[in-house]
Amino acid sequence: MPSIGRDDVARLADLARIQLTDEEIDRFAGEFDSIMDAVASVSEVASEDVPATSHPIAMTNVFREDVVETTLTQEQALAGAPEAQDGRFAVPQILGEE
Amino acid sequence: MDHAPQNDIIRTSAAAQAAALRAGETSSEELTRAHLDRIAAVDGDLNAFLHVDTDAALATAQDIDSRRAAGEELHALAGVPIAVKDIVVTEGQPTTAGSKMLEGWIPPYDATLVQKLRAAGLPILGKTNMDEFAMGSSTESSAYGPTRNPWDRDRIPGGSGGGSAAAVGSFEAPLAIGTDTGGSIRQPGAVTGTVGVKPTYGSVSRYGLIAMASSLDQAGPVTRTVEDSAMLHELIAGHDPHDSTSLTDPVGAFTRAARAQDVTGLRVGVIEELEGEGFAPEVRARFTESLAQLERAGAEIVRVSCPNFTYALGAYYLIMPSEASSNLAKFDGMRFGLRVVPEDHPTAENVMKATRGAGFGDEVKRRILLGTYALSAGYYDAYYGSAQKVRTLVQRDFTAAFEQVDVLASPTAPTVAFRLGEQVDDPTAMYMNDIATIPANLAGVPGISLPSGLAEDGLPAGIQFLAPARADERLYRVGGALEALLEDAWGGPLLAKAPELTGGAH
Repeated sequence: MPSIGRDDVARLADLARIQLTDEEIDRFAGEFDSIMDAVASVSEVASEDVPATSHPIAMTNVFREDVVETTLTQEQALAGAPEAQDGRFAVPQILGEE
Repeated sequence: MDHAPQNDIIRTSAAAQAAALRAGETSSEELTRAHLDRIAAVDGDLNAFLHVDTDAALATAQDIDSRRAAGEELHALAGVPIAVKDIVVTEGQPTTAGSKMLEGWIPPYDATLVQKLRAAGLPILGKTNMDEFAMGSSTESSAYGPTRNPWDRDRIPGGSGGGSAAAVGSFEAPLAIGTDTGGSIRQPGAVTGTVGVKPTYGSVSRYGLIAMASSLDQAGPVTRTVEDSAMLHELIAGHDPHDSTSLTDPVGAFTRAARAQDVTGLRVGVIEELEGEGFAPEVRARFTESLAQLERAGAEIVRVSCPNFTYALGAYYLIMPSEASSNLAKFDGMRFGLRVVPEDHPTAENVMKATRGAGFGDEVKRRILLGTYALSAGYYDAYYGSAQKVRTLVQRDFTAAFEQVDVLASPTAPTVAFRLGEQVDDPTAMYMNDIATIPANLAGVPGISLPSGLAEDGLPAGIQFLAPARADERLYRVGGALEALLEDAWGGPLLAKAPELTGGAH
C-alpha cells in the first residue's frame, strides 16, 4: 500500500478546499497511514464476483405531482447568508481567478 | 434545588408523565418547568444542551394545557417535553451540528420529524450537544466543549449523540432525538444507561437532518425505557415525500410490541464475531446474564456466525468519510454559516479554503480528507469500491443469519465509558467503539440498545438487538421483555443506581 505523506495530505486538502496549517499537515500525514492500514482489510474479501451495494434499500426515482408548493421566501433564503446584496447572495470575486 | 419532591416526576418514564398529564395530576407547564429547572441546576456541569429554548417550550406546554382543558383529543405524548440533537434543523432555533461552521445559524424550516413533534404537542426544551457534524464516538469533537457522562463526569457520554443520551440519563429530558450513522444513538445509550433505537433505514424521514453520510444516517429515539422509545418511534416514523429514500410502509405497532412482555419461542442469535476479543470481560458478563434471563423466559439462544462483520468497520470508515466529504461540500462560506475572508487574494476559492480551515474541527477535516482520498482516481476501486462490496457481504450475512433466528444480539459497545481525552489522539482506537453497531448501518437494519447492567467501575453496559429491515417490532418485543426481566432482578431501573448530580461546579 502506498504511504501517505505530507505532500499527499497537502494535495488532498487542496482538492477538498481546506486550508491546513503545517502542524495539521504533519499530524494528519502521521495518522492517515495507520487509519488506512486499519481499513485496508476490505480489499481482502472484495472479489470480482461480489457486486457493490451503494445503498441499503433499492433506490428508485421518486416523482410527485407537478404542483406548485410553498417555497422559502427570498428573505428567508438570504437570512443566513454571510453577505447579501440587492436580494442576492453576495459572493467573493470569481472571475479573474487563475 | 433539583431534588425537591415536586421534581420527582422528572425521574419517571415519558409514558408515566403522559399518564399523569391525562389524569390531571400535573400540567405540561409544570412538567416542562420541572425539566427546565433540572437543566438549570445540572447542565452547567454536563453540557448536554447547546441551546435551551425556555419561552418556546413553555408556550407549547401552555397551549397543550389549554387544549387538554378544552377537551381536545391529543397525541399520547402531548405535553411531554423532548430534547432534539443539534443536527436536526429547527425553525427559529439555532442549529449548529456542534460546529463553528454554523454558529448562530437559524434554520428557516423544520425537519419533518420536528414538524411531527410540534404537531403532537411535545414542548421542545432545546438542542443537544454532539460531536461536530456527528463525527465521533465521545462528543469530544463538539466545537462547544464535550458533554460529560452523568454517571461519572470525568468520562465521555458516548457519541455522536452524547448530549441527547446525557440529557435523558440525567433527567433533564424524558425523551430525546438522536441520529445514528454508525452507532451514534446506540453507543451513547449503552454508556449512559439509557435506551436508544436506530430504526430501519428510511423509516424516519431524513428531511431536515444535516447529512453526514446519506446512505447510513438514521434518526431515532433516545429514552429511559423501551416503551418510551416505541411511543416516540411511532410518532416520528412514516413516509415523507420530501425524502427520496423514505419508505412507504405503514408504521408498525411498536408500543404494543414493547408492552407484550413475551419472548416465548423467540430465537435470539448471538453474533460470534461480536462478543470475543476486544470486548471487556464485565461487558460480556452482563451480556451473558441478559441472554440467560431471556432463555429462562422462553427464548431460544442460538450461536450465529456473521463472518464478514469483521470487515464492516473498515468498510464503514471508507464509505462514511466518502459520503461526508461530498455532503460537507455545501459548507463553503457562500450562502450560510461562517465566512472567513483572507487578506491576500480573497477570491471565492481562497475564501472557501480559509472558511473550511477555520470552521471545521480536526475530526471533520480528517474525515473529509480520508473521503477525498478514498474517492480519488487510482484509489477508488481499492477503497470505496471494495467497501461497497463488503456492504453486500454484510447484507448477505444478515440475510443468512435471519433465516436461522428472529433477532441478533451483541454487546452494544466493547467497553464502558472511557475517560475524557483518553482516545482523542488515537483515531483508530476511537473508531473501535463502533465495531458492534456499524453492521446495522451498512445493511440498513434496525437496532436497539438497552442497559444490561453495571460493569467496570459501576458504569453501565448495553446490550444490542438487531432485526431484519422493516421488522422493528421485534426489537421492541425482545427489548421490552428483557427490560422487565432485568429490572425485576435489579429491583428497579438501572438509572436509579446512578449517582446524584448536585449541580455544583465540576
